[in-house]
Amino acid sequence: MSGLFAGFYSILAWIGSIVDPFCGPVGVFRWLAPGTLLACGDAGWGDEIAYGFVVTASLAIATLPVGLLIGFFVALGKQSEERTVRLASNIYTTIFRGLPELLTLFIVYYGLQILVQQLLASFGYEGPVEINAFFAGMIALGVVFSAYCSEVLLSAFKAIPHGQYEAGAALGLHRGRTMRLIILPQLVRIALPGLGNLWMALLKDTALVSVVGLPDILRQTGIAARVTKQAFEFFGMACILFLVLAMVSSIIFSNLERWTKRAEMGR
Amino acid sequence: MSFVETMIPPQAPPPAPPKPYTLARFVGSVTLGIWLALGVGIFLTVVNGWDPAKFTKYGPSFLSGLGVTLMLVACSVVLGAILSLPVALGRMSKNKIWSWLAYAYVYFFRGTPLIAQLFLIYYGLGSFRPQLESVGLWWFFREAWNCALFAFTLNTAAYQAEILRGSIESVPRGQREGAAALGLPERIAFYKIILPQAMIVALRPYGNEIILMIKGSAIVAIVTVFDLMGETRRAFSRTFDYQMYVWAAILYLLMVELLRNIWAWLENRLTRHLKR
Repeated sequence: MSGLFAGFYSILAWIGSIVDPFCGPVGVFRWLAPGTLLACGDAGWGDEIAYGFVVTASLAIATLPVGLLIGFFVALGKQSEERTVRLASNIYTTIFRGLPELLTLFIVYYGLQILVQQLLASFGYEGPVEINAFFAGMIALGVVFSAYCSEVLLSAFKAIPHGQYEAGAALGLHRGRTMRLIILPQLVRIALPGLGNLWMALLKDTALVSVVGLPDILRQTGIAARVTKQAFEFFGMACILFLVLAMVSSIIFSNLERWTKRAEMGR
Repeated sequence: MSFVETMIPPQAPPPAPPKPYTLARFVGSVTLGIWLALGVGIFLTVVNGWDPAKFTKYGPSFLSGLGVTLMLVACSVVLGAILSLPVALGRMSKNKIWSWLAYAYVYFFRGTPLIAQLFLIYYGLGSFRPQLESVGLWWFFREAWNCALFAFTLNTAAYQAEILRGSIESVPRGQREGAAALGLPERIAFYKIILPQAMIVALRPYGNEIILMIKGSAIVAIVTVFDLMGETRRAFSRTFDYQMYVWAAILYLLMVELLRNIWAWLENRLTRHLKR
């Protein structure tokens, strides 16, 4: 079984190396920058920066579902009839929208570390504990994202007329099914522009996780800048890579928006 | 023949139907309980770990850090507002070159992380030291604080330019035409008619931008500026006391909430003529 997985992963890695836009056979760095500081392999920093790009993108993509899920439930809580639920979810957004992202990251990173250490100490393990920077970043950014996301989703919920719920009830649909079949499709359509903005903010916030040691774009280019003493070129490269990410996601989001609005096209 | 001689005495209302114990109520109690436990826990750790020596040692530095943060945000927001004017005008200009340049500026500063821009200026401009020295600007870019101010000003100018442009373009065309019909010169029409209406639209986004700047300013701690975050990090690295982060969090939350409430009041006050 593990052999199957290993084979699967090696195939994935092989495909990845073929379509790698930076250092693959048709990569940018391989064709445009051989012999320079951005060359691939041991000669330059191309492959390190490409790795950082992958880490940044995967951190943002891994954070997205966490943030969306928490944000959805917090938005549901904010329009609950139960006062305690509303209060609890409002406290959540107030706290995590008010704290700087960097501080949230530190609180999660060091707080988790202390928590795990105390937990392990109670089991009799006394040793240094280090939390994975990727995991801490995922939690911290996901929490911040969900706080903003709940506001976007809440306003989208408010834009859906109450008659839609009543129609669902009239059709004999269960509450969950009304949500899934009637409300959610409209919700996505209304909330998508706001969520697109949040995704852009999330992409930019991933750069903060480099501070706690995640080898993302900014950290890799920072190391390269320190070693080669060419800071402007490398940090400029980091900015360009972030711009590329932003451009790609804006293209994807405009396509998504068109796709969700395909029913309105004919009018 | 019979008639009623006495009024029926007032009856108590029927008893309210019993509220069922729903899942929502359970979830609400549990989540509120978690918040309460967290609050009490933080309070207890602060009380138990209270150390007057630490407070007298790091309290003043926290206050000075708070001052640095507020100073940095205030300066960069004001300077950014000034810089955003030409950028917004360029964005709206009919001249292709100007509008393209302004668009590229805005796109760059809104599309890249603030921390990358800060590194680009603080570390990156260091490699142009001879050139900067020959121009006589090196003294400015040598200081981390100046670099941070510069980066923040450029960044917030891009965002504020978009706010300004959006709000000016949100003023209906008829207002401009009305001003022209009254024979007002374009300049006066802009300052007396277009801008006041645009500013009301722009008020809320401006408030959000200031809050974003307060939160974003925490990253200057990484380039050795001792703002609130920087002082927190310094205090934490010396004491390994997790409370330091709690204090910083409370201070940041206070700042943001205070500003948010002031802004809500301001907006309420300034738009009272629009209420129906």
